[in-house]
Amino acid sequence: MKKIIGNSLALAGLIIITIVLLAAILAPIISPYDPNFIDIDSILIAPSYDHIMGTDGLGRDVFSRMLYGAQISLLVGFVAVGISTGIGIILGSIAGFYRGWVDSFIMRIVDVVLSIPSFFLILAVIAFLTPSIWNIMIVIGLTSWMGVTRLVRAEFLSLRGREYVLASEAMGSSDIKIILLHLLPNSMTPIIVSSVLGIASAVLVESGLSFLGLGVQAPTASWGNILTDGKEYIQFAWWLSLFPGLAILFTVLGYNLLGEGLRDLLDPKNK
Amino acid sequence: MITYLIKRILWMLPMLIGISLISFFIMHLAPGDVTSTEASFNPKASEESRQKLREIYNLDKPVIIQYGLWIKRIAQLDFGNSFASHQRPVLWETKDNNGNITKGLIQEALPITLLINLLGITVIFSISIILGTLSAVKQNSWVDKSITLFVFIGFAIPGFWLALLLMYWTGVSNQWLPISGLHSLNYENLSLFGQFTDLMKHLFLPVFVSSLSGLAGISLYVRNGMLEILNQDFITTARSKGLNEKKIVFVHALKNAILPLITIIGLSIPGLIGGSVISESIFAIPGMGKLFYDSVLMRDFPVIMGILTIGSVLTLIGNLIADLGYAWADPRIRKGITK
Repeated sequence: MKKIIGNSLALAGLIIITIVLLAAILAPIISPYDPNFIDIDSILIAPSYDHIMGTDGLGRDVFSRMLYGAQISLLVGFVAVGISTGIGIILGSIAGFYRGWVDSFIMRIVDVVLSIPSFFLILAVIAFLTPSIWNIMIVIGLTSWMGVTRLVRAEFLSLRGREYVLASEAMGSSDIKIILLHLLPNSMTPIIVSSVLGIASAVLVESGLSFLGLGVQAPTASWGNILTDGKEYIQFAWWLSLFPGLAILFTVLGYNLLGEGLRDLLDPKNK
Repeated sequence: MITYLIKRILWMLPMLIGISLISFFIMHLAPGDVTSTEASFNPKASEESRQKLREIYNLDKPVIIQYGLWIKRIAQLDFGNSFASHQRPVLWETKDNNGNITKGLIQEALPITLLINLLGITVIFSISIILGTLSAVKQNSWVDKSITLFVFIGFAIPGFWLALLLMYWTGVSNQWLPISGLHSLNYENLSLFGQFTDLMKHLFLPVFVSSLSGLAGISLYVRNGMLEILNQDFITTARSKGLNEKKIVFVHALKNAILPLITIIGLSIPGLIGGSVISESIFAIPGMGKLFYDSVLMRDFPVIMGILTIGSVLTLIGNLIADLGYAWADPRIRKGITK
């Protein structure tokens, strides 16, 4: 029963993510207008046949900008989580494998970074690095590796004493070989789940930053900075606020559903 | 208990040093310094005056020495003066020679953010216990399913978007609630009760928006905790003794499910403080989040450092209180400590 629920959650998430993925990949083909084309004759037009999501304050087609925004959102999510998962796996493996003072040292760094309010940290770094999409991805990645580190470490600590690991050690396998061949593959489930959930929060953080004007910079379209325009025109142009907000909501929902679904699916206890 | 307390407090010292190191070096790795921004605000600034600025803030000294000087000032709780906003002190009020008092920036902003966060935690705590318990007791019913739906949406909804929609809906089109700031214009003339309701009206939306994702997360946590506990032996024993179900759920099970929440809430403090940036900026509430955002835009270096430090200290204190609260609430740990 639980497996079916897990399946349907994962399936719903997968469908949403696939739609976003298709929108991003096909953006150059299906977008009806150039996302940055300014047309002062068609400013703030409500959704209509010509502009299915209306136009913004500069007469740009919102639907086209939404499609290109999907590219940004995917890119930020995947790159940021790639960075944080990479760091987390490396540090967590070292801590969990070697234990002792190396472990204490790494875990204390985790504690320290965790106690700095993360959004403050991200904002501070971004403001000093001048906002750009690459800086955002790097900064989100560099400030969100702590959870994965703890996770990988905990998995390693529990796997370390298993007989197959001890056997491999007794046969003289190198540390790297034990880590890559035995410990990491058996820790993949929680890493995958937390990565998928991590993408969700990276998407939220990026859109928040872009909304504050500290993220993806104009004229590049991002769901967050379309919403910034939406705020300006909220009394006259509801479509500028509605569509990007829904897009963020559904994308994040999709990743969360997929993550939770995978957790149920991959958990051997549910088999 | 006392040795535990002392140990816990001493442990905060290396943490603080770590925090100050990280934040300090982050600021300095970045290209460009405050003098360039300062100059751009003031086009008349000459190279000479920029040099003077660098000297005042020790920006011309090697980074290590800057850090040393900064640590020395931090130990005296002296975060210096803001680069922007008329050189106001960052942390606490100062008196000049004429006896005029200038309030500190953090001094004014912190109570507001603390108030919002305390209200937020209260809301999160009380509502999520109700939702989580309801969801667990009526597992797989429509109540459970709609609460789960709410949880997923609460996780996924961007706070700033929700804030925007609510602001428009309750403030602009219906004018039920004020949309920004902390007080109405006639605040000074209101009665004490009037001032209180005015403040609460202004805080309603910010508190709601900033606690929604926490509400979702902790409801889910309570639900899962309750489900686990309701399957445990002592509950089965209680049931077989013929205790009524209400007593089992609300007295025996709930107590055990709530306990870990103390720790969870302690851990959620940095998120709450950090989250204040977005909600405070949108609702124009002069708290720590908005102060931080404004300082980041102006590269107001001393204020950024001050808020990062104070925010992290608050987190540490919050965790300390949570740990002690947990130790106090759980007799198993309480007794283990006194041993």
